[in-house]
Amino acid sequence: MNENLFTSFSTPTLMGLPIIIMIIAFPALLYPTSNRLISNRIRTLQQYLINLILKQMMAIHSPKGRTWSLMLMSLIIFIASTNLLGLLPHTFTPTTQLSINLGLAIPLWAGAVILGFRYKFKTSVSHFLPQGTPILLIPMLIIIETISLFIQPMALAVRLTANITAGHLLMHLIGAATLALFSISTSTALITFIILLLLTMLEFAVALIQAYVFTLLVSLYLHDNT
Amino acid sequence: MASPVPLKEKRLLDVRISELPSWVLMRDFTPMGIAGAFRRGYDRYYNKYVNVRKGSVAGLSMVLAAYVVFSYCLSYKELKHERLRKYH
Repeated sequence: MNENLFTSFSTPTLMGLPIIIMIIAFPALLYPTSNRLISNRIRTLQQYLINLILKQMMAIHSPKGRTWSLMLMSLIIFIASTNLLGLLPHTFTPTTQLSINLGLAIPLWAGAVILGFRYKFKTSVSHFLPQGTPILLIPMLIIIETISLFIQPMALAVRLTANITAGHLLMHLIGAATLALFSISTSTALITFIILLLLTMLEFAVALIQAYVFTLLVSLYLHDNT
Repeated sequence: MASPVPLKEKRLLDVRISELPSWVLMRDFTPMGIAGAFRRGYDRYYNKYVNVRKGSVAGLSMVLAAYVVFSYCLSYKELKHERLRKYH
């Protein structure tokens, strides 16, 4: 069972070709585009949801920060759809791979930080020293603040990876336990099954929440720096 | 048997079985041709099931079901070992 547990996270290949590119691009198929003002039901639903999220997320930003709206909306839609698609049986979730999450987190964080250092140098550097610190603590605090700045992209990436991977792993384990217990004692298997149902509902929530948290944090870093 | 319509422009269901190999070889296998084939398939599905006045959840769920089946086929090699058999 040990080997089976982690094979679901290995990169999918078809006759040696990495299909992962197709799997990453697949959610784009589910969001059709149109020139019309009023389209079919699925487009109306998607437009409504995206407008809702957009207004909620970009309200706190200045006009300069709002130029990032397209980027942040694409980000949250990508992460939410890949996470939700990963809840279907046998599918592969790209966000379980640290490489992909680092690829999302590092450029976005670096863009926000570089923007802040370029246009508002004094404000960005002043973030390294909180107001009212005792003079003796200043050198140590600057080091701590620098470390906490550089850990932001790592934390973004690892948070997303760990949450989604842990959820999937837990579902695999509890599912296997339910199956194994079924022949031994049916009532225990029933309890385990109910746990599995609750976990699945949690996973749906986690999929959406993780997308939200990721995007919110990026937008916060942006807000600090614009 | 010569037919009035030239072979290249016939649709698949109109092609006779004896003409099938030459029909397949005449298709456009360039990258643009393959991209065009995918685009036509997508447009056909979209216009039939999604872009309608009263679309239903079936339009989306058929795609997701096909995705699940596709992923199952991809991971069959590992799933083979989880069957309840005496000898794997």
